[in-house]
Amino acid sequence: MSVIGKYFIFLGSLFGKGEKLSVYWRRFIEECVGIGVSSIFIVAIVSTFIGAVSCIQTAYNLVSPIIPVSTVALIVRDMQLLELAPTITCIVLAGKVGSNIASELGTMRITEQIDALEVMGINSSSYLVLPKVLAAMFTFPMLVIFAAFLGIFGGYLAGTLTGVITEKDYLAGIRDSFVPYNIFFMCVKPFVFGFLIATISSYQGYFTSGGALEVGKASTGAVTNSCISILIADYLLAQLLL
Amino acid sequence: MIEIKGIEKAFSGKEVLKGITSSFEKGQTNLIIGGSGTGKSVLLKCMIGLVKPDSGHVLYNGRDFYNSDKDTQQSIRREMGVLFQGGALFDSKTVEENVRFPLDMLTDQSESEKRDRVAFCLQRVGLDAAAKKMPSEISGGMKKRVGIARAIVMNPMYLFCDEPNSGLDPLTSVKIDELIKEITEEYGITTIIITHDMNSVLEIGDNIIFLYQGHKLWEGKSGDITQTNVAELKEFLFSNKLLREMGR
Repeated sequence: MSVIGKYFIFLGSLFGKGEKLSVYWRRFIEECVGIGVSSIFIVAIVSTFIGAVSCIQTAYNLVSPIIPVSTVALIVRDMQLLELAPTITCIVLAGKVGSNIASELGTMRITEQIDALEVMGINSSSYLVLPKVLAAMFTFPMLVIFAAFLGIFGGYLAGTLTGVITEKDYLAGIRDSFVPYNIFFMCVKPFVFGFLIATISSYQGYFTSGGALEVGKASTGAVTNSCISILIADYLLAQLLL
Repeated sequence: MIEIKGIEKAFSGKEVLKGITSSFEKGQTNLIIGGSGTGKSVLLKCMIGLVKPDSGHVLYNGRDFYNSDKDTQQSIRREMGVLFQGGALFDSKTVEENVRFPLDMLTDQSESEKRDRVAFCLQRVGLDAAAKKMPSEISGGMKKRVGIARAIVMNPMYLFCDEPNSGLDPLTSVKIDELIKEITEEYGITTIIITHDMNSVLEIGDNIIFLYQGHKLWEGKSGDITQTNVAELKEFLFSNKLLREMGR
C-alpha cells in the first residue's frame, strides 16, 4: 500500500511548481520523437505480422461451408480494433518505451543528474516526467491507429498471397457489420495505457537507488508492472465501455 | 557566510550526523574531511537541501534554509553552485548546453547574454575548445571542469564541491584544486569542499573540519592540522606513508 501511496504522491508532484511553458513544449516535442517516432518501426513489424498470422489462423479454424470466407476478414478487423492493435502494441511499447524511461531516469538518479536539477531549484519530476507522460498519451493512440491499419493490411497480404481468401472477399469482410464505436474504444485504450506505462516506468526509474544493478531491476520492474497494469486496465475498460 | 547549527540526521535509526555546528566565511575555501562513512556527504546534502536534517539549522547569510518559505528556499538555491562527485552532467546535452542549462531554465537573459556568459565560464575553466563535445567524449577531469563551469555560470555566492578530486590523477587533482581556489578568491564565494585528498587539505584549505563517526572532532586552519593532538585525526592524516614521514 505504501508503494501505491508513494506512486500517487509522485503523480501529484508532476503538477507541482513547474518551469516556463516554452521549456515544457520543447521537452514534449523531444519526448514525442523519443517515445513515438522511434517506436514506429517495431510497431509496424509487430502489427503487420500479427495481422498476417491472425488471418491465416482464423482461416484455418473457419472450415465450415456455411460460414462465408469474408468472415475471416471481419474477424481479423475486429480482433485488430478491439484487442490486438491497442493491447498488444501497448505491451510491446511497455517493453520498449517503459524500459527506456526507467533506465534513463534510473541512470540520471544514480549519477546525481536528478540531484543537480533539484539543487538548481527545478522541479525534477515535473521537468523530466510530465513531458514523457503527455508524449506517451499523445503518441500511443496514433501508433495504435497505425498498428490497426497495418494489422488489417498484414491480414490482407497474408490472406491473398497464400490464397486463403480473395481480395474481393477480404475487402467485403472488413466493411461488413462495421461498428464505428470500436474505433473510439480502440483509441481510449492506448490513451490510458500510455499514461500507465509512462507513469509506472518513471516511478520505477525516478526512485532508483544504488548502482547499475538497481537500474536493471528498475527497468525490469517497469516492464513487468506496466504489463500487469495494462492487462488489468484492459479488462476494466472492456467492462466499462463495451 | 554559511552557518550550520546542531545538524543531526539518522537513517533507519542509525545516527549519521550528531549535532554538527560550524560556520564558513565568505571568500574562504572550507574543507570537510574524514574517513568513508563519517557523514561528510550527508552533511553536504543537508546543506544544499537534498536531505532534510532531523534537527538543526542551515543559515545562508542569516536566512534559515529549512525554516524558510518555498520562495526564499528557491532564491537561496539560485545562489548555490554545486559540483557533484561524478560531475552530474546531463548525458543528452553537449558541454556548452550543460553549462547553459541553468541560464535557460532560471533566467530571462537574451540569447547573446547567455552565449557570452557560457563562453566566459568555459574559457575560465579552460574548456572553450570542448564546447560542442558530449560528456561521453571528454575525460573525467574535463567533466569536473564542466561541472565547475556549470556551477559558476549563475554567479553563485556559495560553491559546494563533493570530492572534486575523486577518480583523478594527482596532476589533474592539483589543477582542479587550484581552479576552485582561484574561483573562490576571485569572486569572493563561500566554498565548501568534501574531500579525502591530503594535497587539498594541505594546499587549498583555509578552514578545515574533521568529522569522525558523525561528530565534529576538530576544526581549524590548514597550517595547524599537522600539529593536532586528536588521535583520530592524526591517524587519518598520517595513514599515507609519505605524510607520516613529513609529520615526523
